[in-house]
Amino acid sequence: MSPMNNPQDLNPSSLKSRFTTRFLRALTKINGQKPISSSSPREMFQRYRRIKVAADKSMAWSVRSRRTWSRAMLWKLRSRYSCRQASSSRRSSVRTSTIIKSRQAKTSHEKENKNTTTGQDEVGFVVQADKLRKLVPGGEAMDLCNLLGETAHYIKCLTTQVQVMRKIAHFYSL
Amino acid sequence: MSSRRSRSRQSGVSRITDDQITDLVSKLQQLIPELRGRRSDKVSASKILQETCNCIRSLHREVDDLSDRLSELLASTDTDSEQAAIIRSLLM
Repeated sequence: MSPMNNPQDLNPSSLKSRFTTRFLRALTKINGQKPISSSSPREMFQRYRRIKVAADKSMAWSVRSRRTWSRAMLWKLRSRYSCRQASSSRRSSVRTSTIIKSRQAKTSHEKENKNTTTGQDEVGFVVQADKLRKLVPGGEAMDLCNLLGETAHYIKCLTTQVQVMRKIAHFYSL
Repeated sequence: MSSRRSRSRQSGVSRITDDQITDLVSKLQQLIPELRGRRSDKVSASKILQETCNCIRSLHREVDDLSDRLSELLASTDTDSEQAAIIRSLLM
């Protein structure tokens, strides 16, 4: 089989193959959990949530703890999981509708990315660096050098994640 | 007239040099498709960071959309471990 991708993807321990393996395993598990015929908005939303978390978690696990951002993300996912175990299921329906609303509102909020560079490039730099801190997991606690390095790695991993997810979606839509 | 090299004094850390920052920022520039071809002295560092933020946000959005799409697709298909193995072989 001639690979259309980068030859390093054939390496079974490459990031892409580690992520693919984990994510597929998670998808199989998610699909096995619920009856497939259910399609209420809430069920769909929960499935969407689970898949998204599985994707982020699979990527963070594939990077392991070699990076600050992956450690931060795994920590966040773990603590969110233990919080959810403790909360009652009665509250979850309210939470779901709030999350759906905030998800719809998110797209409008994302548009307000104003260019704040005034005369001083340095001021703009600091402002953008702060925005970056909020986007990269664990970014708030990093110094500038680490932030820039982690960002580069994070973007590479996100790109891989999107590539693989896109291929899987394409495969399932055939 | 003292020129403030405030970049090296951000967050109270004075040991990070401007060169290190410039180097890291130019590495970021290479990763961003929109900025890749342009000369690094023509693009300001804050512009690079801004594009980086936009890039990360759009990648997050794509992950969201793909998760949504996958949840719909999974709802209508039967996945099993055999299919997973097929996909794995296709992707590698």
